[in-house]
Amino acid sequence: MLEIRNLHVTVDEGTTKRPILRGLDLEVRAGEVHAIMGPNGSGKSTLAHVLAGRDGYVVTAGEVLYRGANLLDLPPETRAREGIFLAFQYPVEIPGVANIYLLKAALNAARKHRGEAELDAMDFLALVKAKLRLMQMDESLLYRAVNEGFSGGEKKRNEILQMAVLEPRLAILDETDSGLDIDALKVVANGVNAMRSPERAMILVTHYQRLLDHIRPDRVHVLAHGRIALSGGAELALELERRGYGWVEAKALETASGAGP
Amino acid sequence: MTTGAREHYLGRFAAQRARLAGASLPWLQRLRDAAIERFAGLGLPTTREEDWKYTNVSALERRLFDVVADGTQFSGLGNDVAERELARHALDGTHRLVFVDGRYAPGLSHVASLPRGADVGSLAELVATRPEVAAELLDTDPEAEANGLAALNAAFWTDGAYIDLAPGVAVDAPVHLLFVATRMDLASFPRTVVRAGAGAEATVIEHYAGSDDAVYLTDAVTRIDAGAGARVTHAKVQQESRRGFHIAGIHTVQAADSRFASHSFAFGGQLARNDIATRLDGEGCNAKLAGLYVGRERQHHDHHTCIDHARPRGTSRELYKGVLDDASRAVFNGRVIVRPGAQRTDAQQSNHNLLLSDGAEVDTKPQLEIWADDVKCAHGATVGQLDAERLHYLRARGLDAATARGLLIHAFAADVLRDITHAGLRARLSTLLPGQLPEDMGELECELLPTS
Repeated sequence: MLEIRNLHVTVDEGTTKRPILRGLDLEVRAGEVHAIMGPNGSGKSTLAHVLAGRDGYVVTAGEVLYRGANLLDLPPETRAREGIFLAFQYPVEIPGVANIYLLKAALNAARKHRGEAELDAMDFLALVKAKLRLMQMDESLLYRAVNEGFSGGEKKRNEILQMAVLEPRLAILDETDSGLDIDALKVVANGVNAMRSPERAMILVTHYQRLLDHIRPDRVHVLAHGRIALSGGAELALELERRGYGWVEAKALETASGAGP
Repeated sequence: MTTGAREHYLGRFAAQRARLAGASLPWLQRLRDAAIERFAGLGLPTTREEDWKYTNVSALERRLFDVVADGTQFSGLGNDVAERELARHALDGTHRLVFVDGRYAPGLSHVASLPRGADVGSLAELVATRPEVAAELLDTDPEAEANGLAALNAAFWTDGAYIDLAPGVAVDAPVHLLFVATRMDLASFPRTVVRAGAGAEATVIEHYAGSDDAVYLTDAVTRIDAGAGARVTHAKVQQESRRGFHIAGIHTVQAADSRFASHSFAFGGQLARNDIATRLDGEGCNAKLAGLYVGRERQHHDHHTCIDHARPRGTSRELYKGVLDDASRAVFNGRVIVRPGAQRTDAQQSNHNLLLSDGAEVDTKPQLEIWADDVKCAHGATVGQLDAERLHYLRARGLDAATARGLLIHAFAADVLRDITHAGLRARLSTLLPGQLPEDMGELECELLPTS
């Protein structure tokens, strides 16, 4: 599904270009759930943004293949239509655009891209209502402006609602657990678990292990200094919870200096 | 410089005076004479006047428009163009009065049966058939029409609509006044008068349209008298030709507990100016002023609004928005007066502008004059660009860049369009905004944010 090879990314901060990712390798296969963990500033969110095609990041080396094709050449909307979904860490408020309007426009865009007919109003509404129940969201949220005036928890649920409606092949959840109370976390996790399927891959970007109590990953990777410093199974998350990130970072620095410039 | 236009229009007045509507009525000739006198004193506005500082009408000094008092000399050609425009602009479920180059066109108009006590028609016909009623309707304070162009309208008006409602009469369907300009180099001076008796209700859509490249001048004045407890909604839709000039004043006086809603949509013209003023002249009035101006190329849109809280317990809400592309320019000047004694006034004003290009420009100015102490007044203005985060978010959901832009532009304008209750008009206004919308949205097409 996704192959990332030797990815180097700098962030464009106007006058300076700061390197964030420095040789990241990652392979995610269909049906797998991967967790990317790491301390603040390790490049987790950068990875999520680069995969979604956000401006301001410059790929200086390496490649990303999505379903065997070069992902980095595609504009963000084509990536989305091809089945990549990023649940934003900070979902954006869009006053004046009803939630249901965006859901329908997004779904239509993807269906059209796949050569499928648009859903009629009845089928669309039935689909959305089923997903609303899954996310335990009130129907009234459909008719409010996208994320405007939503609580932190409602915004995160709304991201997962969009994901549930769009049924992506590859879902990237960027710090979806941050700012959620335990009940909301369970709802979000249930929504994500319901989406697990042999055809779908997921990448959970998270700082804390607690999301992984509810969504059990197949692989856990620790990002430090711009590359994957350590990978393991679900049990690695528990070890990180116990020992912190310091030891992994120290190891990563050793490797980096040992490898030379 | 000024003498060019002044001499031209004074000359046209002298030549046409005897053929203007109601020329045989001494009271009307006195009104016209007084108006041309005012014009002789004022001339055209210049940028030295505070109210015209950002809107330069010197083009009207160089380009002199013809004034034709007697419309019978027009051939049928104008009507062909008008029929085409009518097909484009007609609105379902309305009483329709069409004016071609400033003159009533009964063949293109259609007024369905009106309730007893409601009277709607051509002002020129009213002057000819019931001058005593016309005299009442035209007996308005000339002070409100304080500039040279408004004075020209008062001197030259040839026709326009009147809507006269007896107390308690409600006209359910909107009255659609469609003014079509078909002739190059012609000036037209429509005058519209609305008199709503106590508790009467009506919606008037005043709509200006012109053929694409014609250069002409529309110089319009509308007077609205809202009686005690009356509810009057006025929607102005300005779709003049891209090279047309449009100057208009809309002046309302509100009696106690009346509600007045004004909507102004400005899309057309190379230079367009609207003076929209309401005087809350009785206790407990409510005024709502909303507007949307959309500028492209080198268009210039100017809205000067004035909400005059003259009596206590008045409420006003004002929201103007602008979308400006290319090298277009807009002016918004929002004056709010709270007179001494107009206690417990509650006034809010906001003006928001979206600049789509580096060459676009807006001058926005709140002008609050508060002479009472127990009042709530708030105002705010913003000028900004499309939000990059929002654009990216929409694209990350699969909308292409052009559609994401279009959606944000429509969303920006949505709260000004939302209050337009005629669904057909609302949808049509929406299509006049720049930027495309997602395809195949079905029933969601014209309602970005459905009203609850």
